[in-house]
Formats: sequence, structure tokens, C-alpha cells
Amino acid sequence: MAHYEASIRKPLVTGDKTYADVTKDIAFPVEGPANKQWWLVFTIAIVAFLYGIGCITYTISTGIGVWGLNKTIGWAWDITNFVWWVGIGHAGTLISAVLLLFRQKWRMAINRSAEAMTIFSVIQAGLFPIIHMGRPWLAYWVLPIPNQFGSLWVNFNSPLLWDVFAISTYLSVSLVFWWTGLLPDFAMIRDRAITPFNKKIYGILAFGWSGRAKDWQRFEEVSLVLAGLATPLVLSVHTIVSFDFATSVIPGWHTTIFPPYFVAGAVFSGFAMVNTLLIVMRKVCHLENYITIQHIELMNLVIMITGSIVGVAYITELFMAWYSGVEYEQYAFLNRATGPYAWAYWSMMICNVFSPQFMWFKKLRTSIVFSFAISIVVNIGMWFERFVIIVTSLHRDYVPSSWTMFSPTFVDIGIFIGTIGFFFVLFLLYSRTFPVIAQAEVKSILKSSGNKYKEMRESKMTSNPDKASGDPLAHPSE
Amino acid sequence: MYTLTTKFKVFAIIIMVLGAVMTGVGFLQAPADQAAVEQMLAEEGAHGDSHGSSHNDSESHDNSGKENTMYNADESQLETGYITSNSTQESESTHAITPHDAEDHSGSHAEHLYHQLANRPWAAVYVACFFFFMIGLGVLAFNAVQKVAQAGWSPVLFRVMEGVSSYILPGGIIMFLLLLVTGLGLNHIFTWMEPGIDDPTSEAYDHIVAGKSSYLNVPFWLIRAGIFIVGWNLYRWNLRKFSLNQDENPEGNVWYKKAFKHSAMFLVFFIVTESIMSWDWILSFDPHWFSTLFAWYVLASMLVSAVTVIALVTIFLKGKGYLEYVNDSHIHDLAKFMFGFSIFWTYLWFSQFMLIWYSNIPEEVTYFVSRIEDYNLLFFGMVAINFLFPLLILMNSDFKRVNWFVVTTGIFILIGHYLDIYVMVMPATVGESWFLGLPEIGALLFFGGLFLLYVFNTISKAPLLAKGDPFIGESKHFHY
Repeated sequence: MAHYEASIRKPLVTGDKTYADVTKDIAFPVEGPANKQWWLVFTIAIVAFLYGIGCITYTISTGIGVWGLNKTIGWAWDITNFVWWVGIGHAGTLISAVLLLFRQKWRMAINRSAEAMTIFSVIQAGLFPIIHMGRPWLAYWVLPIPNQFGSLWVNFNSPLLWDVFAISTYLSVSLVFWWTGLLPDFAMIRDRAITPFNKKIYGILAFGWSGRAKDWQRFEEVSLVLAGLATPLVLSVHTIVSFDFATSVIPGWHTTIFPPYFVAGAVFSGFAMVNTLLIVMRKVCHLENYITIQHIELMNLVIMITGSIVGVAYITELFMAWYSGVEYEQYAFLNRATGPYAWAYWSMMICNVFSPQFMWFKKLRTSIVFSFAISIVVNIGMWFERFVIIVTSLHRDYVPSSWTMFSPTFVDIGIFIGTIGFFFVLFLLYSRTFPVIAQAEVKSILKSSGNKYKEMRESKMTSNPDKASGDPLAHPSE
Repeated sequence: MYTLTTKFKVFAIIIMVLGAVMTGVGFLQAPADQAAVEQMLAEEGAHGDSHGSSHNDSESHDNSGKENTMYNADESQLETGYITSNSTQESESTHAITPHDAEDHSGSHAEHLYHQLANRPWAAVYVACFFFFMIGLGVLAFNAVQKVAQAGWSPVLFRVMEGVSSYILPGGIIMFLLLLVTGLGLNHIFTWMEPGIDDPTSEAYDHIVAGKSSYLNVPFWLIRAGIFIVGWNLYRWNLRKFSLNQDENPEGNVWYKKAFKHSAMFLVFFIVTESIMSWDWILSFDPHWFSTLFAWYVLASMLVSAVTVIALVTIFLKGKGYLEYVNDSHIHDLAKFMFGFSIFWTYLWFSQFMLIWYSNIPEEVTYFVSRIEDYNLLFFGMVAINFLFPLLILMNSDFKRVNWFVVTTGIFILIGHYLDIYVMVMPATVGESWFLGLPEIGALLFFGGLFLLYVFNTISKAPLLAKGDPFIGESKHFHY
């Protein structure tokens, strides 16, 4: 990567940070004690998680009947939550893989947490199909493993099975990608550790990283290969989730735009969740100089762009439903917009299409409070999107006598809250034990994009404006 | 600065003239009326296939017979100019027997064939005209994305992009004229324009198309096309102006900021207009068929062709000793985009095809049935070209830096995406009577010559380095 950077680019590391500062700042949350707020939030998350476990236990011991499903609506909150969590799990690999391929240096401050979030949310997503099976101890039946149960074999024609493959592959690759990036950072914590116990643990986690040139060369190579592998995987996961619906012949589900539109929506919700988490974390962990306003602004722009793409897809669906001339298609969309679930539809429209448009204004997209609010709004909107797609297409089927509505029971709500609790439990533990910023990568851009070095260069530039970078390391000939 | 050589000009003009002549012959060869087709069929019956092959390939006659029996319902959709009804759609509205259907088979066959053969040169011109226009438009959109993304690698290529996108002015005018004469009824390539199609008393009545007539009607359709073409050209004109002004007055980046804002607004305009354009100009060839993904599928085709042309023009100019700051890292990045967009295109192709194939709903699947029945080799062949060649050749990192590989892949990509557009347009216009002959190749040569002449003329009009761009330093020092 070239070291020269145009002078109009704003610094990605603010404050006069040196290499040693980066190490200290990022090791601080791991090495220091937890504060009161952390314990408070962690307690709330644990309580929610335990409540969720209670509801899951009740569901499994009693049966799926405790949910609000009925004979017409056989899929509702369960699959909505599943798709919502999988969607959130998209930003991590997008940030680390796709932005790596596009050489976006700003990803380095956020990729670690985004990947962590990915893994934790995919775990939440994976819970729902397993609970929905009713007998989760037979979950391994979805795997095509040789067995002695006679004709028991998976249905390769079903997109639900493709989901099993896609999501488990995605989880594995994301985990490997995440851990690879963590190696030099774990080594950093290991080398700073004071107690032998910590040294031992972080030594194991760092896989014996030595920091030799060969280690770094392999590290760079494997990162690039994994980025290349992960990019099609990111697309494939939500594409296949969309196939769950689009391969059917249900009006409102069967539409060809679903694959790219689900991917765009997933990136949209994933970035919103990253923003939600990081806006809080940068404050709590004192990382404002690494996760700067510019980072938040850029994430807001991604949210705006993907939100607009999703908006174009909504309008396309509406138009095509009319244009198709197919009565059922037309009614499915008319019913969404004006039927009994119109409130959900318009919540979705306002949250997902309208609210991100505020990001056109620089004042708003650089406001922390506003960004946080919008990120929450988008998360809610994307939950409604899945709810609208799933429930409104099902609740009025081809036989008007069987038209129903869906109302969730306390168990539906409890399991959802439980997964949110579980997610935060994992994320909070992560934020106390892992280096939350890829410090090795941030150090690699400190010279080109750190404020300190940029200013040094600027002052040199004024005396010698014709020469390119003024950095003797990058351009030794000057 | 690049200077257009006389040799280049003469070459482009010869291609254009040759193409025009070939297309003209194609028009002359088209049968004048139905009687001519009947006579042709009769002669063919008497003399065998050898005689008929000069007009169209003999194979097509066999196919049409097979299709009549197997996919009768689909054929009514393919039957250009005379959509009667799609019996698979809704039975109660089907006109069981229209006078047209009741005619004896040989008469309707001749009529059917006449419409296909009469459409052929028009459709050939349409495909070539759209193909080159789409490249110019795709480059414009790519240029806008580079601006908005504040890309550091690409500013040394801006003048190449500005040159290629300039084609949307002449290309847009010709495209509009072509749409205009089509709308005026000089040809019958769009079946939904047939008079009486939305009139329940008419024998040409089609209740599905009639349901869309508030959107699919000639005046509205032309107005939309006019607005889009003017809008795109307006942005392109501003972008060029700002880029040249920025070179003159780089202080404060005033023009750069203007270009940035215009580009952001353009991309919003573009994603909407590109969608509607692809519905209007391509999707409506099959007025019964619909697919929500279609617009983005066309977009992918557009972008991959556009990046390919940027790469080819860059390599050409570099080979002539221009573009001193372009190094193999820039070529590498362009090749990565060619690779990436090819995969993206395949992803969308597969998504559209698989979902429709898997669901197998009659009103949707007819689209692919006609392509698999009548265009089998072309339809799957172009997927192979557009996917396998870029995948296999450009997978290797080192190959992306070798001009020879990039050019070879680029040529395959352009052929493949021409065929992609061809397979989108032809089944609904010429049906099974397709052939890659005089009018198709002629139109391709004519528009290709015009494209080269106009694009390189624009490139010769300004310095090849956008020296005032604030990111030009990054681009000059770009090393991957």
C-alpha cells in the first residue's frame, strides 16, 4: 500500500499518538479494572439472557404451541429474528473483507469489533432454527452425515438446507479471519501481561506469535486470501437466506430482486449495529482518537447508501407488482401498504428509507447523538422489514376463510429479548478481554494517516511543496 | 496530449461505412411483405434448404415447428406484432379463437415469419446502438463512483473515462431517434405498441398489456427516454467542465467539490433512471414478462463492459506512449474490477435464472423457455464466456498485470455482453429466426466505428492527466 496520502484526507488517528500510545490505549481496557457502568450493563444483559433461557426451556419442554403461530402463519418472530440476526452479522466480514479489498484504511479502527459482533450475532441467529426444530438434540439431522436411520437423508433441494451450509461456513471463515487478525494483538497483550496466568492464557490465544518478518509476511498473505474467500461468502449467506423465501411461490416472497436486496439490507442493518455498539464503546473505553467522528461519518454514509439501495428495491417491488398484472402480486403489496399490517409497513419505510436520508446533511452525520439515534431506528426498521415480508405475505393466503393475524406470546418476546441479552453478554465480555481495535493494523497506517505524522509532513511540505510526500521512508529519493 | 492520427480516423470511418452498407443490405434483404415470405417458403419447399439459407438459417424452421407443439402458449407471446393472449395466464379472459388463430397454419406461419424477418435488421441496429450507449453510460457511472468514493488510485484515468463517457451524446441522440422512429411505428419490434392492443374490441387486444398501458404508452415512454438522456448528458457535460476547470484553478478545490456534489446527486438520479430505462428499453420487449432484478442485472452488464472498455482504451494509449503515470498497478485494479463485476454479473444472472427456474411459474418461466429452446447455445454460451473466461484468466494476481491477458479477457467480456444484450432483445423480436449475419455485424461495426471516432476525438481534446485533481498525487504514486 502506498504511503503517500493526499493532503485533503483527514487523519484517521487523531491526537498526537505515537506507536507506544496506540499500544497503551488499546491494552488499557483489557488490563484495567471494569467500571460500574460495565457491571450494570452486564447485569442487565445477564438477566435478559437468563429470561431467554427460561423461555427457550419452556418452549422445548412444552412445544412450539406456546408461540403465537397459527395454522395460516407458520413462520413469524422465529424466522424474523433469525434473518435479523444473520443480517446484522454481515457488517463484520464486509468491513474486514470487502473494505480490505477496496483498501479502505478507516476499516482498521472498527473491523475487530465488527467481526466480533458478526460472530456473536450469527450465534444468536443459529439458535432460532434449532429451537424451532422442537427437538434440538436432533439438530445434527440437518447435516448430511451417513446414518443408520433407514431413509433419513437431508433434502438437497431445499434452500433451508443450503442455509445450514452457508451459515456454518460463514461462521467458520469469519472466526478464522477474526482470530488471524487477533494473533499479533494477543501477542501484544501477552508481552505486556504482568501475572503468569494472563501470560499463559494470552500466550495460548496468540498461537505463539513471534513478530518475525516471516510471521508478518504469512499474516498478510493469509489475510488477503481469507478476504478473497470471505467476500463471496458474505454475499452468499444472505443470498441463500433470501432463497428461503424467493424460491417459493408465495406472492411477496417470490421475487428475483431478493438476493442482492437482502444483501444490501443486511449490510445496512449490520453497519447500524456497528454504529450502535462503537459509539458507546469509544466513549467507555476512551478510544475517541481511534474511532473518530470521521469513522462514524463514513459508517453513516454506508448506512445512507445501503438504505437508499434498499429503498430502490422497495419501490421496484411495488412497481413490478403492479406492472406484472398478476392479481395476487398486486394484492400482496396493496395489502402490505394498506392492510391491517400497514403500520408495520410504514414503520419499515420510515425507518429504512426515510430516516437514513438525513445523512445527506454533514451536520447530522457528524453528530454523535443523532448517529446513535438513527442507528437504533435502522435496527428497528430492519426488524420490521423481515416481519413485513414474512407475516404480511402469509397472513392472507389464497383462501380468505383462513386469513388470520399474528400476535406474539410472552414466549416469542422472551426468546427475542434473551438473544439480545446473550449478544450483549458476549460483546461485553469481549470488550473486557480482547484488544478491541486491531492495533497492529492501526500502527501500519499511523505514519500515513496519523495526525501527528500528517502534521509533521505538512510543515515540511510548505518549505518544499513540489516534492510528493516529504516522508523519507516512503520516498527515499527525495 | 493525444493526437488522433489520420490512420485511426480512416480506420474508424471505413468500419462505419462498411457497417452501414452491411446494415443497409440487411434492410434490403428483409422481406417487403407477407407475400414475399410466402413465395420464399414456397421456393424453399421446392429447392430445399440450400436456397433458403441465404435468407435465414434453415435450422430455425425446424425449431419453430417443434415449438408450436410444445410451447403453444409461449409462442403467442413471441409472435411479434400479434400478441393475442397468453392462455397460461388466466383462462377466463382468453379469446379462444381469434380470426388470426383460425387461419390455416401455413398462412399464419408465413405471417409470423414475415414479422420476424422484418424486425431483424431493426433489432440488430437496436442491440448494437444500445450496447455502445450502455458502455458510455456505464463509464459515466463508474467515473461518478470514483469521484464520490474519493478514490486515490483512479484519477490518472479520469481523462480516459471522460473520453469514453462522451459517447453518450451522439449515442444518446441516435438512441432517442431510434426510439422515436420505433414509437412512430416504422417498425414493430415492441409488440406492446401495436395499435388496438389495449382496445377490447380489437382482435389484437391483449388484456395484460392493456393493464400496463398507463405506463407502457408511446408518448410517456418517449418523454421518459428524453428526460433520462438529457439528464445523463447534462451531468456528463458538467463533470467534464469541472474537471478541466479544476486543472486551471486547483486552488481551494472549488471545482473538485462541485464535481463531488454533482456526482453524488447524479448517482441518485442514475440508480432510478437506469432501472426505468432498462424496463422501458429492454424488459418491455417481452411485455408479459417481469422480473424485479432485471434493472440491476442490466446494470451489472453495463458496468462490466464499461470497466473493460476503460482498461482497453488505457492499454491502447499506454501502448502508444501516452499516460506516463499509468503503471501496472492501475491495470491490475481495472482487471480486478473486470473480474469482480464479471462475478457480480454472474451472481445476478444466476439469481434471476435460478429463482424463476426453481419456482417454474408459467407466466415467468416462458422467458427462459424461449431462450433455452431457440437460443440454447447463445444463451448458455454467453454465460460461459462472461463467467468462465474472466474467472479463469483473471483469477491469478500476476495475470491481472499483464496487458496481453487483460486485453484477451476484455475482448471476450465485450463479445459476451454484446451477446447478453442480444439474447435479451432478440427472442421477443425475431424469435427463432435469429442469425448473426449482415445486419447484426454491420450494425456492430457501424456503432463501433462511431464509438472509436468520437471517444478518441474527445480524448485528443484535453491533456491526458487531470493534474488539478486533489488526489492526483496519490494516483501517480499508486503502487499496490
